[in-house]
Amino acid sequence: MKQVPAEYYQLMEQLQAVDFVLVELTLYLDTHNDDLEAINQFNHYAKERKRLKKAFESQFGPLLQFGNSYSSYPWNWDDTPWPWQV
Amino acid sequence: MWIYEKKLQYPVRVSTCNPRLAKYLIEQYGGADGELSAALRYLNQRYSIPDKVIGLLTDIGTEEFAHLEMIATMIYKLTKDATPEQIKAAGIEDHYVNHDKGLFYHNASGVPWTAAYIATKGDPIADLYEDIAAEEKARATYQWIINMSDDTDLNDGLRFLREREIIHSQRFREAVEILKDEQGKKKIF
Repeated sequence: MKQVPAEYYQLMEQLQAVDFVLVELTLYLDTHNDDLEAINQFNHYAKERKRLKKAFESQFGPLLQFGNSYSSYPWNWDDTPWPWQV
Repeated sequence: MWIYEKKLQYPVRVSTCNPRLAKYLIEQYGGADGELSAALRYLNQRYSIPDKVIGLLTDIGTEEFAHLEMIATMIYKLTKDATPEQIKAAGIEDHYVNHDKGLFYHNASGVPWTAAYIATKGDPIADLYEDIAAEEKARATYQWIINMSDDTDLNDGLRFLREREIIHSQRFREAVEILKDEQGKKKIF
């Protein structure tokens, strides 16, 4: 397994933080579907998530597959580390 | 369908190799009120619940799989460097002789997971009350595990999971209110 640089943890934690906001807003909106302010927040953080995903993947490879992330050559989806290995 | 994401929902750290804590944690992996039960319970109930609540069951059910992966990660990290002597001292030699360090869906007493742990009644209110109870039982289980643990790094992850149970319970309570409102609105001509 490759050595994981400190930046992996920093970028991952930023993504986890934004994703926490998005999970919370998703569940909230599932029961409050007419809260415009929450929907604006949701869309704001959805955009921020796209930016962080791109930043992470450019350094550490795809987060998603089945075509939801690009691959470099050679195929790097199955490169370590997997989440439980860091 | 589901798409896997190569990240944990929340960082999982453990301070030391501690197979004793893994023995307790497997309750939330393959136990009655564990994360596998939760995910399968909610996702299975979606097909007979009113449309207003399908999104919530889908999203909470999906989040439960992320929690299942966090529990698996905790168990993996607590046991990966354990010697057979440490396994024996922790009282998980019964698991070891069958599975080595492989994970298995059983509870803290070694009872294998069963579909009998989850209920679907097809009645929306009955199902949602089942879900609220399940979340409260899982929250209590996390508290009992935290009480058994002196690993501050592990407890940070466990506290996160405990808090999620509270949120899920509250959302399910809101879903009950939404369905009650809907029922009240029904006009009979």
